[in-house]
Amino acid sequence: MTAAARGIGIALVVALTLPLWAGGVYYVNLASQVMIAALFALSLNLLVGYAGLTSLGHAGYLGLSAYISSWLMLNLGWGHAASAAAALAGTTALAGVFGVVALRATGISFLMITLALGQILWGLAYRWNDVTGGDNGLSGLTRPHPFGIDLGKPAWFYYFTLAVLLLVWAAIAVWVRSPFGVSIRATRDQPRRMSALGFNVWLIRWVTFVVSGFFGAVAGLMYVYYNQFISPHSLSLANSAEMLLMVIAGGPGTLIGPALGALLVVLLKNVASAYVDRWITLLGVVYLLIVLFVPGGMVAGLARMAARLRGRPSGAGTAGTAPRAEEAPQ
Amino acid sequence: MTFWLIQSLNSLALGGVLFTLAAGFSLIFGLMRVANLSHGAYFMLGAYVGLSVVDQGWGFGWAMLAGGVAVGALGVVVERFVLRRLAGNALSQVLATLGIAFIIADGSLWHWGGDPRSVSGPEFLRGGAHLFGLTFPAYRLAVVGFSVVLALALWLLLEKTRLGVMIRASVDDMQMARAIGIPASRLFTTVFCLGAALAGVGGVIASPILSVYPGMEADMLPLALVVVILGGLGSLAGAFAGSMLIGFVYSFGQVLVPSMAYIILFLPMVVVLAVRPRGLFGRVTA
Repeated sequence: MTAAARGIGIALVVALTLPLWAGGVYYVNLASQVMIAALFALSLNLLVGYAGLTSLGHAGYLGLSAYISSWLMLNLGWGHAASAAAALAGTTALAGVFGVVALRATGISFLMITLALGQILWGLAYRWNDVTGGDNGLSGLTRPHPFGIDLGKPAWFYYFTLAVLLLVWAAIAVWVRSPFGVSIRATRDQPRRMSALGFNVWLIRWVTFVVSGFFGAVAGLMYVYYNQFISPHSLSLANSAEMLLMVIAGGPGTLIGPALGALLVVLLKNVASAYVDRWITLLGVVYLLIVLFVPGGMVAGLARMAARLRGRPSGAGTAGTAPRAEEAPQ
Repeated sequence: MTFWLIQSLNSLALGGVLFTLAAGFSLIFGLMRVANLSHGAYFMLGAYVGLSVVDQGWGFGWAMLAGGVAVGALGVVVERFVLRRLAGNALSQVLATLGIAFIIADGSLWHWGGDPRSVSGPEFLRGGAHLFGLTFPAYRLAVVGFSVVLALALWLLLEKTRLGVMIRASVDDMQMARAIGIPASRLFTTVFCLGAALAGVGGVIASPILSVYPGMEADMLPLALVVVILGGLGSLAGAFAGSMLIGFVYSFGQVLVPSMAYIILFLPMVVVLAVRPRGLFGRVTA
């Protein structure tokens, strides 16, 4: 635990001072991108890691929240606060409806339904030209100026994103450790036993689904503030799959894993796309490598490696923190 | 009236194309419990292979054969060297097939370029067919015919052959099937190869109607998912009924309410899930 606390302390110091030593706007912006990706991965991880429900439609929330806020600002002239609130409320409400549909099933069927639902939103963004601008998307957005701070400056935007990330992180950490969070994990591992004990398994999953959608909407807002542009491409299946890869690569069902996964994928994407033309192929290969060789994610992999270095039997210290996330619920 | 008839034929033709895609997906899921998310990519790869064969001056029949054989062979490799290593781990298998889909899609973009390519059907089907005083595009009629023949052939394969008996037994109860000596692992390879080959052939026959373009795989995969969720996973009859239903909904939707075509497409799925989660013909819960 002390090692973990020390790690978090070091990470915080690094994060807080990053704009001072990063050596350029490019790196500060890259760090903001990593944190926004981490927000997505954290929100998706609630479903994938804690509830054991693998969703392939999470990019839909990003898109919906980004489109709602952009549209309200551009067409109705709403302010940032009002349009952000409307985007969060609208997206969360839709997550409620999607949850009712998708939770008719679990396991692979749940994944297929969320994929299909995500494609509906993609299709809507792509085809409903009058509202979404079709393939061209919506552009011309400004970043908000909370308390007179100009988020148009990369460093300030970086700190704003960091603040949002830490808030969301803390909220999720508290939530998954609460009694309700324990019941979420219990519905993942032992759904039948939970039902026999009198818990409403469906309701627990639905609430998790909606909360995951809400945090996805928060991430979507940060995404559209950062890019000041939203197009159907952001809602694509490839994007949903990329978020899922972050969670799986980092370590589903852990608090650190999704952020690590986001770091890996965003860095890989930026570094690799500078040298290799075929980034998507590389992404596909990374998928295969991770699935074949690091099945429990990096957190579990690193813990195993550390345990081996200390000469302990592998997995001894990790059983509690790294659940078997591959297992789909019955 | 003409509009409705022509649109109905278009719907049936699209349904026929979807059936070649969904039948394999459904069979693979029914037997192996693998949601093969690279199925749309197989479809596209088949279409591109067919395109190259036609470009070389070979006939359309050769294109269908080449698309089916190439993609079927790829299916064998994927099943043997990737999916088998992940047996029993459904989520990893899904992710692996997704990774393969990305590789195929990007590889196709690299090799065949980013422009949509149109493919002309076989020469003897170029014109129109005259029926009831109306002119129908002959190729689409042929596609409908092909899909019906294919459905019958698959039905015969499953119901009347030894292989079909083994497949049905394994779908119903894998453990018991293994226990009485059914070679399940060879069966997995066979079915995965067959499903992939069907998708490849489907891509070739779809190419004169839909043309071939990057992103085709992402367009087709959700359609296949909706079809099998509607029809019931693992059911051939369900795949056929679902394909035709979606063929109609999508074709008419695109003409009547173009901006909402994608949404109406998913409405039947939502309704079926709400009322009958296992799908129209499914025996297992979706």
